[in-house]
Order: sequence, then C-alpha cells, then structure tokens
Amino acid sequence: MNRIDQIYNEEKIYKRLLEDRNLTIEDELENEMVINMGPQHPATHGVLRLVLRLDGETVMGIVPELGYLHRGYEKMAENMSYIEFIPHTDRLDYTGTMCNNVGYVLAVEKLAGIEAPKRAQYIRMIVAELSRIAAHLVAIGTFAMDVGAVTMVMWTFREREKINSIFDRIAGARFTTSYTRIGGVASDLDDQAIAEIEQFLVELEPALSEMDKLMLSNRIFIGRLEGIGILPKEDAIALGVTGPNLRASGVEYDIRRAKPYLFYNEIDFRIPTFTQGDCLARYFQRGDEVKESVKILRQCLDKMPIGEVIANNPKRVLSHKTEIYSKMEELIHDFMIINFGINPPVGDTYLSVENPKGELGFYIVSNGTGQPWKLKIHSPSFCNLQAVSQLCKGAMVSDVVAIIGSLDPVMGEADK
Amino acid sequence: MNLKELITDKVIEKFGTALEEVSDFRDDICLTVSSDQIVAIGKFLKDDSDLQFITCKDITAIDWGTRKKRFTAVYHIYSFKLNCTLRIKANIDADPPAIETVTSVWRSADWYERETFDMYGIKFTNHPDLRRMYMPEGFEHHPLRKDFPVIGIPGSLPLPHQAE
Repeated sequence: MNRIDQIYNEEKIYKRLLEDRNLTIEDELENEMVINMGPQHPATHGVLRLVLRLDGETVMGIVPELGYLHRGYEKMAENMSYIEFIPHTDRLDYTGTMCNNVGYVLAVEKLAGIEAPKRAQYIRMIVAELSRIAAHLVAIGTFAMDVGAVTMVMWTFREREKINSIFDRIAGARFTTSYTRIGGVASDLDDQAIAEIEQFLVELEPALSEMDKLMLSNRIFIGRLEGIGILPKEDAIALGVTGPNLRASGVEYDIRRAKPYLFYNEIDFRIPTFTQGDCLARYFQRGDEVKESVKILRQCLDKMPIGEVIANNPKRVLSHKTEIYSKMEELIHDFMIINFGINPPVGDTYLSVENPKGELGFYIVSNGTGQPWKLKIHSPSFCNLQAVSQLCKGAMVSDVVAIIGSLDPVMGEADK
Repeated sequence: MNLKELITDKVIEKFGTALEEVSDFRDDICLTVSSDQIVAIGKFLKDDSDLQFITCKDITAIDWGTRKKRFTAVYHIYSFKLNCTLRIKANIDADPPAIETVTSVWRSADWYERETFDMYGIKFTNHPDLRRMYMPEGFEHHPLRKDFPVIGIPGSLPLPHQAE
C-alpha cells in the first residue's frame, strides 16, 4: 500500500469515527466528571492523591486521600529507644531535616528533664533557621514551578545547595543530618562552618531580591495566584491550619514568640503576617520569613557563647567517646544508655516547635522504661492539608495545583 | 499556677465530678474528664469568654495494653487568648471502644479522629465521615494497638505479586 492510499484510508476511518453517533450527551454542561489526580503526579508534592468532581473545569468537590507514604513511624518509635529514633525524624519533613531533629530532642529533653548547654542551644537555633531557609526556598521554587515559572526552582535550589554544603560540614551529611543529640548536638561548629554561614548570608540577600524581581514582574504568576484559594482567618483557626499558611491569613501566631523555646526570647525578630489569605499572600509570607531567618541567624552568630556542646550528665546523656574510653563511670553509663535507654520518669508531655511547615509537636508518653510507650507526631502538613477541600471548592482545575503548592505539604510528614 | 487554677475552677463549677483528675507534669496542664461529658466540656472550654480554646491541635489515643479501661482518648486544644495548650484525657470504658465525636465543637477534629480510628479502632460516634486515614479500605487491623506486631501481620495486606 503506498503512502497516498494510506492517507485516504485513514481519512475514511476518521470520517467513520465522526459519523458514530451512538454516544449522545443531551446537555454537555449538565454532566459532572470524577477524575483522579495523583498519587504519582508532579504537582502534588509527593504522593498526595486527590479525587475531584468536576463540572466543566470547575471543581465541585475534592477528597484528599493520604497514606501512600505511611511508614508507621509512630509504631516504630514504640519499639526503639529514644536515641534510636533521632534519624527517623529526618524522614518526616525531608526539606527541613534539622528542624525536626531539634524539635524531637527538645521534646525528649522536656520529658526527661535534661537541659542542653547554652552553646548547643544556639547551634540548634542556627541549624534550625538554616533549615527553615532551605525548606522555604524549596517551597517557593516548587510552588513557582507548579504554576509555570520553571526558572525559579533553579535559582532557589542553587541557594539551597549552599545550605546543604554547610550541613555537610557541620553534620557530615547533606540531607539526612541527624545532627542533634539528647542533651546537646553531635559536634561543635568550627570556624570554617561559621565563615561559610556568614558568606552564605551575604550571598542570599541579593539572590532573594533577584528572585523577587523575577517573580513580581511576571504578570502570569501574579494573575494565577491573586485572589485564588482565599482562606479567611476564622476558617484557618477552625481548620487547625498552622505555620506560614495561618500567618498569611492574618493570625500573628508563631511558637518562637508565643512559647519561646531554645533562646528565641533573646533574639529580636518580626513575625510577618498578611491579611489577604490567598495563594499570593502565602508566597510572600515565605519570602518574608526567609528574610527574618537571616536576621535571626546574624544575631545567633553574634551572641553564640563559647562552651560545651553536650551536657555533662553521664547518667542521661551519652558522653564524648574520649571520656568513655578513659573513665570507668562514663563507660558504665554509656553501656546502660545504649542497652536500656535513658529511662525518663513516668508521665506524658507535649512540646511543639515552629517548623517551616508549621507547628511540629511531639506527644510522648513514658512508662519509665527506655522506649516510649507512645509517641505521637503532630505534623503540620497533615493539618494544612485538611484545608484543601474547602479551598478548592469552586476553583478551577488549574487553581488546584496552585493551592496545593501554596499550602506546601510534604507527604513524608503528613503520612508519617 | 494561675492558669491551672483558672481552668480547673471553671470546669469544676460547671461540671463538678465529671472532672476526674488534674495534673501538671512538666507544666503541661492536663484534665482527665469522664468520657460521656467530652463534648459538653469541649463546648464549654471553647465558648467560655475567659478561656476560648478555639482551636483543636491534635487528637490521639493511648493503648494501655492490659489495663481495664484499655484506651484513653487525648485531646490537645489551644487558646490564643491565654496562650495555653491544654490536654484533655478521657478514659474510654465502652467495649468495643467508642466515644462521642467533637467535630461539632472543633472542625479540625475531623481528620484527627479519622486517624485515631484508623490506628486504634476507636469508634467516634456521629462522626460525619469516619473512614480510614492511612491504611487501605478493607484492612482489618488497627496498627497502633499494642497487640499488633511491628513486623505486621503476614497476608493482611494484598501485595502486588499476590493479586492475580
């Protein structure tokens, strides 16, 4: 069959297809369609699955389905010692690993009544703020990419790479840091790490203003976000939305200010808020928080005292290896802690910290043994996702992507 | 502690013996209340103009294993006015475990109760949409119960190579 015959044949088939009138739709606008978005969808930030009911392009209803990344961390925590669980906190919100590390050890320290030295606490603040900047950069970049501005993700990841290199120097790992210890941190900040952080802060500010210029002169970007997914203040509180999303709706609530942990009460910083509560406000909110984190970091570097980075409390806190190898008492307690755990008193505590995504809380029930009887992770992404069904109702399909991006869920945390 | 007295006095004045125990281990204020009064107490704590616990942060449960009242429901609520996180515990004596839902008081309780139902099998009566949160529909067990092994129960989840 030559080429011309083939084209004619195909034309016949097309015509026959067009003549097929068996399927009749009486009124196209009367029909609703149910479609499935995710779990493997690039714009859902991981494995979030959404089931949408559409009327044309308008979303009539939306049901989020979670659990595709459920690894059972709460169950695993009940079967390992408090120290063993630290690496698992990296895998909760994997964009801001240090914040999770800090939050978890603070919760255990509150339960066990251990206090870390002042220098260790300042180091924790520094790494947590660096981690917050990294997480917000990822959030901004992927959010912009979701609505079509692909350049942004290159620029934000370029800055984030520098933070990862700093973590590599501080903690020995770029991504899964597991840096904090119960009673302090794993290693001290050396001069080169401090110099690197200072250099990074100098470079970050012009980069941020460049990013602002890029995005805010982009009319498509503004047009796709302004007035989309408005979350009123009352609904944000009622739905339990936390973190930047809550503040973008006009609630001035930040745990670093409301219930200061570490030494945030000694630091001067502003809590940025917006009143609009739409996707654009949530975008600005993260940008402003990065600028505040830069301020916090500068003050921390100035105020950081000299001293120990891990508490001298051999019965509860793992001592440094040089002491374990040279002193009998430390050796015995090291053996006891590794084998039987730190045995906090019977009781239960809840401690929450301000994570990049919102309030990360740990509710720990201890029965006096080395393993937690129960460890509940209150994850901010889970709370924020609960607002999706309200925000997306009545929006367009393309807005759903923008709304998910603006809420910035991380499924590793939402699914635990 | 002032805040603790304020909250306890108000609750005792209104509910009397429904408040079973008050503790403040590590400065966390915790009220243990009777499980059949949970909605009324929640509503009171939310609506009272001096307290205003308007947001529910978290709902979970504790499985005590061998105790007679095996499950305890745990609520964490927050008041912007007092800047205080309050923990409410309710020992569940129903068997199979069930407690009234608080979704009528706090909207955010919806997903938290679904998660607790999924993990512990506690039925929240009158919940608008009590489905499993994480585990697949049709899964029979409740993973965070103490009698569920860490390695899981072989055959309880259909794996891809088993489905034919």
